[in-house]
Amino acid sequence: MTVAADVKTLVIDGKHVSAGGDQTVLEVARENNIFIPTLCHLDGLSDVGACRLCLVEVKNSNKLTPACMLRVEEGMEVTTTSERLRHYRQTILELLFAERNHVCSVCVANGNCELQSLAQSQGLTHVRLPYRNPKLDVDASHERFVADHNRCILCTRCVRVCAEVEGAHVWDVMGRGVDSMVITDLHQPWGESSCTRCGKCVQVCPTGALSDKGKLGWDHPKHPEFLTYLNMMREAQ
Amino acid sequence: MQIAETVNAEHGKFDHEVNVCVALGCLSQHSDQLKDALTKEAAASGKRCRVRQTGCMGLCAAGPLVLVEPSETLYGGVRAEDAKELIDSLGEQPVERLAVHRENYFERQQHIVLENSGYIDPEKIDEYIGRDGYRALVKVLTEMTPAVVIEQISASGLRGRGGGGYPTGLKWSTVAKSTGAQKYVICNADEGDPGAFMDRSVLESDPQRVIEGMAIAAYAVGATKGYIYVRAEYPLAVSRLTVSLREARRRGFLGTNICGTAFAFDIEIRLGAGAFVCGEETALIASIEGLRGQPRPRPPYPAMSGLFGSPTLINNVETFANVPPILRNGADWYSSIGADKSKGTKVFALTGRIANTGLIEVPMGMTLREIVFDIGGGVPNGGKFKAVQTGGPSGGCIPEEHLDLPVTYDALIGVGSMMGSGGMIVMDDTSCMVNVARFFVEFCMTESCGKCIPCRAGTVQMFQLLTKICDGVATHADLDLLVDLCDVIKNTSLCGLGMTAPNPVLSTLRYFKHEYLEHIEQKHCRAGVCACGSRVMAGEEVTA
Amino acid sequence: MSKTKLATVWLDGCSGCHMSFLDMDERLLDLSSQFDLVFSPLVDFKVYPDSVDVALVEGAISSVEDERKIHHIREHTKFLVAMGDCAVAGNVPAMRNPFGTAAILKRAYTENVSAQPQIPCVIVPELLEKVRPVHEFVAVDMYIPGCPPSADTFFTVLTELLAGRTPDVGSLTRFGA
Repeated sequence: MTVAADVKTLVIDGKHVSAGGDQTVLEVARENNIFIPTLCHLDGLSDVGACRLCLVEVKNSNKLTPACMLRVEEGMEVTTTSERLRHYRQTILELLFAERNHVCSVCVANGNCELQSLAQSQGLTHVRLPYRNPKLDVDASHERFVADHNRCILCTRCVRVCAEVEGAHVWDVMGRGVDSMVITDLHQPWGESSCTRCGKCVQVCPTGALSDKGKLGWDHPKHPEFLTYLNMMREAQ
Repeated sequence: MQIAETVNAEHGKFDHEVNVCVALGCLSQHSDQLKDALTKEAAASGKRCRVRQTGCMGLCAAGPLVLVEPSETLYGGVRAEDAKELIDSLGEQPVERLAVHRENYFERQQHIVLENSGYIDPEKIDEYIGRDGYRALVKVLTEMTPAVVIEQISASGLRGRGGGGYPTGLKWSTVAKSTGAQKYVICNADEGDPGAFMDRSVLESDPQRVIEGMAIAAYAVGATKGYIYVRAEYPLAVSRLTVSLREARRRGFLGTNICGTAFAFDIEIRLGAGAFVCGEETALIASIEGLRGQPRPRPPYPAMSGLFGSPTLINNVETFANVPPILRNGADWYSSIGADKSKGTKVFALTGRIANTGLIEVPMGMTLREIVFDIGGGVPNGGKFKAVQTGGPSGGCIPEEHLDLPVTYDALIGVGSMMGSGGMIVMDDTSCMVNVARFFVEFCMTESCGKCIPCRAGTVQMFQLLTKICDGVATHADLDLLVDLCDVIKNTSLCGLGMTAPNPVLSTLRYFKHEYLEHIEQKHCRAGVCACGSRVMAGEEVTA
Repeated sequence: MSKTKLATVWLDGCSGCHMSFLDMDERLLDLSSQFDLVFSPLVDFKVYPDSVDVALVEGAISSVEDERKIHHIREHTKFLVAMGDCAVAGNVPAMRNPFGTAAILKRAYTENVSAQPQIPCVIVPELLEKVRPVHEFVAVDMYIPGCPPSADTFFTVLTELLAGRTPDVGSLTRFGA
């Protein structure tokens, strides 16, 4: 008799589920229709655990762990929703809204923005923290795309898709702390950078930070799901 | 061992040794010129004496320091003009005018890590060997298996001196058991806490000790390659390390066939560009790999998957510096020093409102009161002690009522602070605790790498709220919001920097809440530091 | 039982929230039997009454005048609702914040004006340095985000409030809706 494949069973929100040995808690939760909010995670990209929205409680651990990077373990007991987690997630969203200038009503991504819909799904109706209102640039130097740093939440999906999928590594992060910025090349204008014009970064951007020139979000929704398809086709080759 | 004899024979040629501290504290007061003057005078005097450059003697406040052997006379505040008088006095009565009498300061200390500091020329490996240097490595390589080494370290009870206090033996055995063709040993010398200079001093005064510790660790865990990650702001430490690595290679303590055995290990220096977050181990690893110095979530821990994905042992300078004496003298000797669960000694950098500013090494378990008042000499100029801040920006402020607390990892955590790497800043009644908290939060804010939101944006919000309180324009609602933010940032940040950023606020709120409330309710700063205090005073003048 | 005294207030906003409020159309007639509109830009009352049960505040706080008004309103209102994104988050009026008041006034009154360019100093209320949402000045009891919140949202919220219940606003509307 052959040894069975590496399968583990665990409990998520009281529900007994099974998982492949190297799956993450986030993957297993989604397979089982358990919603865990995410921003920096995107199927098809590496995980960085930066947005802290997918933090979950694990029994017998006093630390909260990002579900996107938490590998399943036999007998693990995970809680994805609690009053405490809800409060933390709301506050993290508040910190994001207050950090830059997210003016939904005049944003190209209005109606098609992951930050906006997360605010709604997490029950956030206002931001308790004072808005910082930093003065940030809009880079419209590219003939096809626009980068509006006022809407950027530094999820680094653009950085990762450009490096990992397109293989160009045009995007990167510059600066420290609250002054961090995504940049193209060595902070050249996007239009003058080594950009391959593939547009993947625009498709994966969760907010209105990166957009197609002249197109508005509500009639041109983004399609980040192209990534899973692309990866599938690449693996098949 | 032959070298040791030669070195000691060399010592025998002189009647007097004049040791001049050329570590950064004294060097900044021109101890290099003093050394030149002394050398000149010594040659002119015709006495059988030798003038040497050595490392830190601890009492930095009284620098430049000169230690004369064998009489063990310590001189402080010595200028180049004093050189002749000092050399003339050798073999006669000491120069009373310059002598430093701080019996308490030295007698209460116990030097293990600093045993050679001030006694050897840090750039001469032979002097290190002359004081039992590399005996531990030779012993380890010729008499012990890696498992026995780890057993010894575990039995000694040594815990990480970088801040977390993780049991060193456990860390070593995890790396030893991890599988990988290549393993690494990294020495974390990215000391960045405000007011801390323990690691710098060790590297400047006795760098070979760290190299020996790393070589022993490499043998124990099966690593062949080591890195010392040191901040570029420590140029003297970097240059001493560079010289020391070369010397160690020349003497066969690094490279291949170390001490005639099959063991091979070498060390490279990597310079940090001054980012505090690179003291966090995963960020440090990213930085060595040439990436942006940002942490990543753990697990996987570096012990399993670290530098270039290989098992990696990371310890800080002081931890490695403790290793040679442990293996030389045995685990039982080491574990007999210190307190329960906090074995050995700890080096502290005493700064702030304290008479004897400097570097001290004391057995763990000594009380804060003994450190601050007996060794440190208390608050100068008749000031009143208010608090001592330990653990750097991640630590907390400990008030008078807890001064009799023994300094151990767990006791400090119990009062809302932490051991940290060993910075100890003493504050008196001229310090406003809200302002102190604001200072440390500002530090974390500017040092945040920007990867995770709670730390990146949360520290800014905390800083703004603290500024409001300092300015006397905050409300009780602002204070509630601050406390709430502390909770969120502490529990949701990605790495240690963010998780501990609220600590200065939480600990000052715990012991000095009345100061916060005074700022809010009475617009009054009792220390007179914050602008709100002066504003109220101005207002009172108007109404009077 | 006396009718609920309802007020609507127009601070620094585009009046879009009031338009959306009117978009309740005939449903307003049904609701109106349950409240008295005691103060509103839609009706002709000059003075804010001493005792108001529910006030819907549109617009952010942009000027010294807004600030004075909102404190007065809060003092005389039992249940204060921040209506729309300007009141809730600053929204479009707050887009001047990164630039500073001086730069904005210069742009509006001198750079873009050909005849008699000058920055007004009388009648027009002095601008605050930063445009802020209502809750940064006074306590707010309920937030209705949206730019503007839809008429359906208003209808549900008002129906619930008038019935003495607290509606789940989050499920009805969102920022920028």
